[in-house]
Amino acid sequence: MIDFTLVLAAGVASGTILLFAAVGEIFAERAGVLNLGVEGMMLMGAVAGFSVAASTGNPWVGVIIAMLAGAALSLIHAVVTIHLRAEQVISGLALTFLGSGLARVLGDGLSKAGAIETLPRITIPVLSQIPLLGPILFRDQSIMTYIGFVLVPVAWYWIDRTRPGLNLRAVGERPAAADAQGIDVIRVRYAYVLVGGLLAGLAGATITLAISPGWFGDQTVAGRGWIAVGLVIFAQWSPIRAAIGAYLFGAIFRFIIDLQGVKTIFGFDNPFQAGRSATFFLEMLPYLFVVVVVIIGSREALRRRVGAPAALGIPYVRGERGA
Amino acid sequence: MTATEPLAPPVASSSNALEAVGIVKSFPGVLANDHVDLDLRQGEIHALLGENGAGKSTLMNVLAGLYRPDEGVVRVDGRAVEFRSPRDAITAGIGMVHQHFTLVPSQTVAENVLLGLDKPRFRLDLKRTEAEVDRVARDVGLKVDAHARIWQLSVGEQQRVEIIKLLIQGAQVLILDEPTAVLAPQEIADLFTTLRSMVATGTSVVFISHKLGEVLSIADRITVMRAGRVTAAGIDPKGVTRADLARLMVGRPVLEQLKRTEVEAGHVVLQVDDVHADNDRGVAALRGASLEVRSGEIVGIAAVAGNGQSELAQVITGLRTCTGRVMIEGRDVAARPARESIAAGVAHVPEDRSGVGSAPNLSLVDNLILRAFRRPPLARGPLLDERASRDMAGGLREAYAISAPTLDAPVRILSGGNLQRLILAREIDSAPKVLVAVQPTRGLDVGAIEGVHQMLLDLRAKGTGILLISEELEELLALADRILVMYEGRIAASFDTPSGADVDAIGLEMTGGEGAGAGESVSADT
Amino acid sequence: MMARLEPRGQPPRWLSPLLTVTAVAVALVIGAIVLALVGGDPVKSYLHIVKAAFGDIGVLSDTLVKATPLILTGLACALAFRMRLWNIGAEGQFLLGAWGASFVILGLGLPEGTPAIVLIPAMMLAGALAGAIWGIVPGVLRARLGVNEIITTLMLNYVALAWVQFWVFGPWSEGGFQQTATFPKEAWLPRLTDFGKEIPLLSGLTTHLGMVFALIATAIVWFAVSRTRWGYEMRLIGDNARAARYAGIDIRRYIVVVFAISGALAGLAGMSEVAGSVHRLQDRISPGYGFTAIIIAFLAHLGPWRVVVASILFGALILAGREIQPSGVPAMIQGVILFCLIVADVFTRYRLVIARRAAATT
Repeated sequence: MIDFTLVLAAGVASGTILLFAAVGEIFAERAGVLNLGVEGMMLMGAVAGFSVAASTGNPWVGVIIAMLAGAALSLIHAVVTIHLRAEQVISGLALTFLGSGLARVLGDGLSKAGAIETLPRITIPVLSQIPLLGPILFRDQSIMTYIGFVLVPVAWYWIDRTRPGLNLRAVGERPAAADAQGIDVIRVRYAYVLVGGLLAGLAGATITLAISPGWFGDQTVAGRGWIAVGLVIFAQWSPIRAAIGAYLFGAIFRFIIDLQGVKTIFGFDNPFQAGRSATFFLEMLPYLFVVVVVIIGSREALRRRVGAPAALGIPYVRGERGA
Repeated sequence: MTATEPLAPPVASSSNALEAVGIVKSFPGVLANDHVDLDLRQGEIHALLGENGAGKSTLMNVLAGLYRPDEGVVRVDGRAVEFRSPRDAITAGIGMVHQHFTLVPSQTVAENVLLGLDKPRFRLDLKRTEAEVDRVARDVGLKVDAHARIWQLSVGEQQRVEIIKLLIQGAQVLILDEPTAVLAPQEIADLFTTLRSMVATGTSVVFISHKLGEVLSIADRITVMRAGRVTAAGIDPKGVTRADLARLMVGRPVLEQLKRTEVEAGHVVLQVDDVHADNDRGVAALRGASLEVRSGEIVGIAAVAGNGQSELAQVITGLRTCTGRVMIEGRDVAARPARESIAAGVAHVPEDRSGVGSAPNLSLVDNLILRAFRRPPLARGPLLDERASRDMAGGLREAYAISAPTLDAPVRILSGGNLQRLILAREIDSAPKVLVAVQPTRGLDVGAIEGVHQMLLDLRAKGTGILLISEELEELLALADRILVMYEGRIAASFDTPSGADVDAIGLEMTGGEGAGAGESVSADT
Repeated sequence: MMARLEPRGQPPRWLSPLLTVTAVAVALVIGAIVLALVGGDPVKSYLHIVKAAFGDIGVLSDTLVKATPLILTGLACALAFRMRLWNIGAEGQFLLGAWGASFVILGLGLPEGTPAIVLIPAMMLAGALAGAIWGIVPGVLRARLGVNEIITTLMLNYVALAWVQFWVFGPWSEGGFQQTATFPKEAWLPRLTDFGKEIPLLSGLTTHLGMVFALIATAIVWFAVSRTRWGYEMRLIGDNARAARYAGIDIRRYIVVVFAISGALAGLAGMSEVAGSVHRLQDRISPGYGFTAIIIAFLAHLGPWRVVVASILFGALILAGREIQPSGVPAMIQGVILFCLIVADVFTRYRLVIARRAAATT
């Protein structure tokens, strides 16, 4: 029998990975820069985090390096798209190729690294006793999950209620207006692209150092970077909706894995048992779900005539200013 | 968060509020400002006059901190300043309202005002800003709703938001770039009233324009620019005539010499019948518009931006769906794809030259064959005859004097005037029954404008029915046989030009016909 | 001193090819540096690639075999990219095409001995159709709902992979391994080596009929794009969709049709690989052809014949690169090449100007 509390709890953990990546991309896209290289940045973060943690014995150092790796990669994208004004879609794709390839190169031989010390897991005393939600959200979760819980309201508050957030939104909607107010559009865009890189690197590290420790080449991230990009559309660029989507997906991922471990469902033989070929249909589910979710997001955008930040994907140019 | 105190009473001071001395600014290939001087006295309205491309906006952008001058000094209240960014200018009390508003459409008025302020530094308090906006608006006599989102506001209202934004930021000098371009005569009168009351409390205003009549009526002093230089500095409007100003602006007597032949209007070529359509926001833009255009006549549409005229053009050319009927010589093309309007003989010179009317990175040839590529001699079955295309393009280039290095050059390098020539050449060459021209001379210099006007008149003489949608009343009065006024999605009034076109009456209809604005009306150039 | 980007008027014709070649050279140098950093020997590795791909007629033939699916998928991507439709799904469309062709053999239950003249066209049709369907779905979503095609095509890649894996591990599995039974001889595309008896020179050469398909497809695409109305309309849509609408072009229909054709080409690539090279359907049937095709399309600046040249180069990289350690290097080099191409493209449109700062004011 499947213990749904465990599945949901694991779902929240798995969703944290998507959450970091999606929130990072939300920041970048709100500033008007589309960064499709999330998959590559996550892989870099995953491999950097894992290998540094393996060699230093300290997972936290691994986390820091992972974030820096993601940021370094995003810097390339930032220079190419913001300063050189290249097409953001292609640059993002190139970043994915580069990041994935580089990660594979650096990760060569890492799968033999053996077990390493992962990030701590915590149960929060009082909160975990709350009926129903307590065991799911607050019991024996990786510290990354709790960081994720905090990230969402902080991100929301930052974007919606602070001056830097106001500037961010203006830069993504109408950079000319922001510029006229003396806001440095270039600097803001760089900053948030880097933030996106930091968070993507964090997401990667969360995989290899917390949720599914180990390095498995390409399979380590398995397209979750792309799922995160799709989630941003579903989330309509809101961190809170992104969280909902991320946890939902996390649950789906976990459910797929757990379903394969069960011999019978309601007394019937389980066709999706591990080892049976039907499990491949389960594997399709997350990706099909992304398609569904992106359709929902697009239809809603059409209906409410809102949608992506108006300046998304468009490089900003103006008559040059001093310095 | 606000001006440190309510707008200060005028200070008798020996120094000018703002001064530019010897400004030089160049861009690749163009010397926009060639040792330009300007002085603005405290509490005056100073007009900067010049045609498109004279360098007025460049100078103002320097004063507002957007551009760094290559040479020259800017002085505020006598002190030399160096602006590294628009922020520095705002801190020094200089604020600019650009031609294209720098407002974020999806955000509210209050949020836009906040965007320009230094404080609060971190946490935002929208309610306080909204109250502030209401207060300042009341003080200055402008009506603005702090909760409204910018895209919901009319152009005139957006302009008010821009002004309030600057006042709250503490601007003592206001620079307005072509503020009346998008306003109806009554709104212009309102704006001038507001300016005079602001100036009475100590603000100084620089007012950029290319309209002689307005400048003469509102300015305390006038500076004229031409081709990057100042041709007359700070002159008294009472001592000059329009002809003088025109000559200072253009260097030659400027009255348009148009050849207009007497044409008998023929059969009805375009008939619009009770058309309803929504705009991009889903709001009704056309509410039962009806009109007709005959062969050999130019029908002008006068309207303030946002009253449905853009949607009218789109509905006729098949770019927007609608209910009702749009008949081209009896063939109904309403709510049918653009291809059918084209096939029925409708040509379209769109508002947005480079965004809609042309493919900027494609060659002259590719752009010139845009109307004709489906038919012989350019089309042979599915094939496109390259030689025939080039011949056609070459012929059009010569016939319409389109200036471009080669036929293969990407059209994005063409000047605005040449691009418009290209578009007109292509549309006219298709021998259309109906031509819809929307703001055809926007942003063009005087020579180009004259060229476009002549092309339209020549087309009229050949029997095409032309629907001319323009925000420039002078243009309509010069070209149109009849002028229709659009208001809130309907045709509100019709004026027969040669006999009974009274600018004031037209202006009245453009703003609803109830005599909304009190205050003197401004007679536009006729 | 300050560097600034200034738009060019009309770039000279030699600039683009020069920059492209420079970009590739720079990318190879960067790749060499990385190789050296991780302990490999770049010079040896690069020389090895050249020898292993072009050294003698036998390996040259193998390179062409690798190039065949690349040409077709490269054309698929180039065609879509001309209209700024980012078809990232060539990989999935390839897989579906491979599956569709396999279905004719393994799923239809045709009698033994069915002649090649029936089987091969049937496989071609099935492959192209399957690929086209896989391409039309994101196409319709984009045309009707404005759904971002990058995400949908990419997701469908993963779905296609799982789909193929299901059949290969499940119903069609040969003896429990992750591959199907070998196809009957009638389902094999003729190869040069089949004529080895008549012409001894051709003996052992694995280049197959798929190459002919690829070249014919290239010619057709080239003709359509440069000589027909459709090519003009696609050009227009790709440069300014609003102008294309204004010109009366039905953009939505174009999106769907181009996605279908793009998918069909990639599907044909899958069929050609399965019927001409591997002769069975297996789990790792594609070493990332669909993704390499994206790079190829850009390297070729979307030109059909240039796609052929680029495909041969990348075919060499795939063939010989298998032996390069570590395994991520070819993928990484692809990313670097793409970045260099992007930067090179910027410099065809802009010029770098070093300007002295404005003189200080008095």
